[in-house]
Amino acid sequence: MTLEAKELSTEKLVLNFGPSHPATHGTLRVVMEIDGEVVTKVTPEIGFLHCGFEKLGEHLDYNQYITVTDRMNYLSPMCNNVAFVLAAEKLLDLDVPKRARYIRVLMCELSRIADHLLQIGMQAVDIGAFTVFLYGFRLRERIYDLFELAYGARLTTSYTRVGGLMRDLPDAFVPAARELLDRAPDTIKEIDGLLTHNRIWLDRTRDIGPISHDDAISYGLTGPVARAAGVDYDLRTKEPYSSYEDFDFDVILGRNGDVYDRYLVRLNEMRESLKICRQVLEKMPGGPVNVDADSKYVLPPREEMFNSIEGLIHHFMITMENQGFTPPVGEAYVPTESPNGELGYFIVSDGGREPYRVRTRPPSLINYSAFPAMMVNMTVSDTVAILGSLNVIAGELDR
Amino acid sequence: MLPKDQLAVVLKEKFPESFLEITDFRDMLTIHIRGEQALDLLRTLKTDPRFAFNFLADITAVDHLEIGGPARFAVVYHLLNQHEVQRIVVRAWVDEEQPSLPSAYPLWKTADWQEREVYDLFGIEFTGHPNLRRIMTPDDFRYHPLRKDYPLQGRGERDNFPVVKRRIGSKWQEAKSVE
Repeated sequence: MTLEAKELSTEKLVLNFGPSHPATHGTLRVVMEIDGEVVTKVTPEIGFLHCGFEKLGEHLDYNQYITVTDRMNYLSPMCNNVAFVLAAEKLLDLDVPKRARYIRVLMCELSRIADHLLQIGMQAVDIGAFTVFLYGFRLRERIYDLFELAYGARLTTSYTRVGGLMRDLPDAFVPAARELLDRAPDTIKEIDGLLTHNRIWLDRTRDIGPISHDDAISYGLTGPVARAAGVDYDLRTKEPYSSYEDFDFDVILGRNGDVYDRYLVRLNEMRESLKICRQVLEKMPGGPVNVDADSKYVLPPREEMFNSIEGLIHHFMITMENQGFTPPVGEAYVPTESPNGELGYFIVSDGGREPYRVRTRPPSLINYSAFPAMMVNMTVSDTVAILGSLNVIAGELDR
Repeated sequence: MLPKDQLAVVLKEKFPESFLEITDFRDMLTIHIRGEQALDLLRTLKTDPRFAFNFLADITAVDHLEIGGPARFAVVYHLLNQHEVQRIVVRAWVDEEQPSLPSAYPLWKTADWQEREVYDLFGIEFTGHPNLRRIMTPDDFRYHPLRKDYPLQGRGERDNFPVVKRRIGSKWQEAKSVE
């Protein structure tokens, strides 16, 4: 009664993954055709979280829209804020004071560390390792405490304004930041020790979901996913924005473009981000964080607003409906390096208070579009590993 | 890359019928072209060693209903030359009736989803696209929400969704009324 293996017939099966599944971290649906354990065809379906953010942008003024950008990539909202105001400032041809630019860089890099920590942690949870997530979350909480100290919000930051920042850093911030920067390498070392040479981690991530250098360019991949495939392009060094040219750091590259290389790139990028943060704190210049209030782009100082009629009128002129600054007719796009890749806002202005069109270049959507190509000859259990490594944020994916 | 004036001469020679102009705003060069030859222009920009724009960063569209322009829709391509770190924008103008232009999918695979998004939200068709389906809105949705003549709060589609009858709830209600 032995059964020859060749006599066993297999049948193709359609497996639904998502839209509401713990490993999708958002609402994604993947329809997989599977033959045994091997996935033969993948059809991702998105749009479950489509909120019409771009339509909304046509009805909000430039400073109001900053609060909407928070909701896109909610793991690193500060990067979205910065990307949006940079495009608006380019449209207005505004030159922001150096201190504001440095603070923006500092916040972006802290966000990047928080984002990468969560990405690595969540991916480890998906694959089955829980400890890394908790270790990472401890540091992430500390970073969020810093954000809270600086601007009162943890998740929806809205710290930037067109022409500068909401407010200057409080006095307690710099010592707290230094303390965090001293402690952070320990956490990164812990994660490194737990995962990098871990046998199970290597088996689950090496040669999984590879993508070649040329495919990465053809699919428009950017950020850690592209750099893991050897695409040497980091916007912070190639097209520096917001004074990134003042800081010295390395661009981390991978070779195979698989899940393991993406993990290594992210892990080492956190170390580089710490380097940048230290340099920012060292070189932090004094001075104002906003452009001159007489330019009528930013709110006047509070004392002036409460104590003088001119200040009050000035405040009204910016915050009242049908008032406020009007950029010239034109369009602007500033690419920035968000933790997931190239993030930029393409703003078209018709000369009104509100943008005529705001387009977000969403790294999540474009990186996720390469997902079927990465799934060739992979198994069902690899799906979560690859999905986690892409760090798809549904808020940005669907907007 | 060639300077602006020379670029205009070269492109005018190559695309005499469809090349419109080159504009420059805040150091961003924009090539304006008619939609039919957008793919040819993109191919030239990608393969010609004088340009070598190897990376397609973004595809989007703008509805010029309220501000006017050579046509109603402009499909906007952001190209990047990663070796020389240069960016250029291509605006392909598409008419209002039956808006369509050739798909950039043969050149870059990233065009797949991004063109689906433009198709979904603006109703611009890309001929030669392998899988032109809606991506953000439901498949049975009939409108294109990012067009300027579509109102911010929609046209009442939310109210017309079929209502799912909650049987468990109603049975519970009946049982409760019997009590």
